[in-house]
Amino acid sequence: MPVIEIEQLSKSYRIYQKKEGLAASVRGLFRRDYRQVDAVRAIDLTVDEGEFVAFLGPNGAGKTTTLKLLSGVITPSSGTARVLGHVPWKRENAYRRRFALVMGQKNQLWWDLPAQESFRLHQQIYRIDPQQFDATRDELTDLLDVRRLLGQPVRELSLGERMKMELIAALLHSPEVLFLDEPTIGLDVVAQHNIQKFLKHYQQQQRITILLTSHYMKDIAALCKRVVVIALGKIIYDGSLSGIVDRFSSHKILTLQFANDRMPSDLSRYGEVIEVMEPKAKLRVDRPVISRVLASVLADHTLEDVSVEDPPLEEVIAEVFSLTGEEEAIAASESDQA
Amino acid sequence: MLAQARTHWTILRICLEERLVYRGDFALGTLMRFLPIVTQIFLWTAIFAASSQGEIAGYSMKNFIAYYLLTMLSRAFSSMPGLASGIARQIREGEIKKFLIQPIDMVGFLLLSRIAHKLVYYGVAIGPFALVFILCGSYFQRPDGSYFPDGYTLAAYLLSLVLSFLLGFFLEAAIGMIGFWFLEVSSLLFVYMLFNFFFSGHMFPLDMLPEPFASFVQMIPLQYLAYFPAAVFLGKIQGPDLVQGLLVQVAWVVGLAILCRVAYARGLHRYSGYGG
Repeated sequence: MPVIEIEQLSKSYRIYQKKEGLAASVRGLFRRDYRQVDAVRAIDLTVDEGEFVAFLGPNGAGKTTTLKLLSGVITPSSGTARVLGHVPWKRENAYRRRFALVMGQKNQLWWDLPAQESFRLHQQIYRIDPQQFDATRDELTDLLDVRRLLGQPVRELSLGERMKMELIAALLHSPEVLFLDEPTIGLDVVAQHNIQKFLKHYQQQQRITILLTSHYMKDIAALCKRVVVIALGKIIYDGSLSGIVDRFSSHKILTLQFANDRMPSDLSRYGEVIEVMEPKAKLRVDRPVISRVLASVLADHTLEDVSVEDPPLEEVIAEVFSLTGEEEAIAASESDQA
Repeated sequence: MLAQARTHWTILRICLEERLVYRGDFALGTLMRFLPIVTQIFLWTAIFAASSQGEIAGYSMKNFIAYYLLTMLSRAFSSMPGLASGIARQIREGEIKKFLIQPIDMVGFLLLSRIAHKLVYYGVAIGPFALVFILCGSYFQRPDGSYFPDGYTLAAYLLSLVLSFLLGFFLEAAIGMIGFWFLEVSSLLFVYMLFNFFFSGHMFPLDMLPEPFASFVQMIPLQYLAYFPAAVFLGKIQGPDLVQGLLVQVAWVVGLAILCRVAYARGLHRYSGYGG
C-alpha cells in the first residue's frame, strides 16, 4: 500500500536578484529584479509502506524542497501529494501526529534545557500515553547510548550527541513516516556510523517509511535499497544504488598487468590512461567498445592479469551531478536572454 | 480539555525552567529596572521646586510620584521585551517551521511562555517593588488618610492590569507578525516604542495632554498599557467611566487577538507559498 503518493508536484518561487555594488543596491530600493526558481518540477513518486528511500542530488536540486512539501512547511505551485492519506500542506493535527521531520542543520530542542525537558514537552503536544512514553524514551536512549546525557543542557552536548537527541525527540510519538534531511551532516565517521546503525535497526524493527536526503554515499549504501536521484528539480533516476552505475556510467575501468615487464608505450590508443605503475596500467574505456578494445589488447600483448570494473559509485554520481550543473548553466543563460 | 490543560501546564513549567537558567542576568536586569524611579523622583521634585505652583495640571508632587510608581507597575504587566523582535527573528531564521510541523499553536505557545516569563519576573521583583512602595508609601496617602482605594476600585484595577498584559501581548505579537512580510522589523518597532513612550502615559499623566493629542490617545489602545490602570487606582476614573473604560479595554484585547490570528494565518500562507 503506498504511503506517499506524489503526482506532478511542482514548486517554484521568486528570489530577489541583486547585481554587485552600491549603485545596484540603491536601485534595488526602487525596483527589484526577481528570478523565478523552479525548485521542483512535476515530480511523480510513489513510496510504499516500510520503504527506506534515499534522495540523492547536488545542492539545490530540490531534495529539501520536496521534503518541505511533504511535511507541509510549504505549499506547492501545482500538483498533488498525499502522505498517509493526508494532504500535507493542510497541516491537520491528525497528520502532524503521524510524521516527523529531522533537519541536520536545524535544532528543535530547547537549547538551554536538558533534552529530557524537550522530550516531556513532546509527550504533551503529541499526546503520548505516559507509560508508552517512558518505554519508548528508555528504549531509544539505550539504543543510542545517551541515557547519561539526558540531564545535560542541550547546548553542552556535542554535535553527534545532539543529533541523537533530535532523533529521539522526533521518534517519541512513533511516527509512521520519517523525513530526514541530511541527518549526518557535519558528524565524524564514528558518529555517522552510529546514526546509520540506529536508523537501520529502527527501520527494520518498526517498519516505518523513511525518506532520507544525504550527501554521504555511505549513509545511502548502508541504509537504502531504493535511490531517487533528483537534479534540477526532476527525478532522473529511480532504482537501486548499483543500478546508477549501469544507467549513467559511460565507461569501464580496464586494469592490465603486462607479462615480462614489457609495457607498451602507446597505451593511449586503447583508451584514456588513468594510471601507470609498471607493469600495471589502468585505462578508462568507453562501454560500447570495451569488448573490441579488450580483444585487441589481448591479441597485441602478453598479459599476466586483466580486470574490467565499473568505475566507483562516487565518481559516477559526481559525473551525473556535474553534467546537470552544466545543463543548469545553459538553462540559466537561456532564461537570461529571454 | 484536560489533555489541553496538561499540555499548557507542561509548556508553562518548561518555560519557567528556561527562564531560571540565566539567574544572574535575570536578577540584575530586574533590579536595574528600579533605577529610573530614583531619577523620576528627583526630576519631579526639582520641577515642583522650580515652579511656584503647588499643582501642575491638577497633580501635586505627591500625585506625580504616586502616578509614576503606578505606571511602573502597569508596565510590569504590559511591557513585552523581545516579543515582537523574537517572532520576527523566528520567521527570518526559519525556526517557525517547528510550529508548522508539530501539532502546536504558536500564538498560544508564545502566550504561555510570556506568562511564565512574567511569573518569574514577579517572583524576583516582588521584593524590590514592595520595598519601593513601602518607602514611598506617603505619596499614596489619600485625603481620607487611607492608602488603598475601595474594594470595588481595587478589583477593577487588578482586572485592568490583567487586561493590560493581554493587550500588550497581542499588540506586540501582531507587530512581530509583520516579519512575515518584511524580514526586518526593528525600525518599525522603534516607531512603536516611541509612540508607546509618549501615548501610553508612562512619561506623564495623559490627562495633561492638550488637544488634539487628548482625543488622539482616546482613539488608540496605548493608554491601557500604563495610564489607565494607574488612573483607576488613583480614583481618577470612576463610576460609568470606569465600566466603559474597562469595556473598551476588553474590546481592544479581543480586536488585537483577532488581528494577531488573522495576521498569523495570512503570514503562514505567504511563508509556505514563498518557500519556507
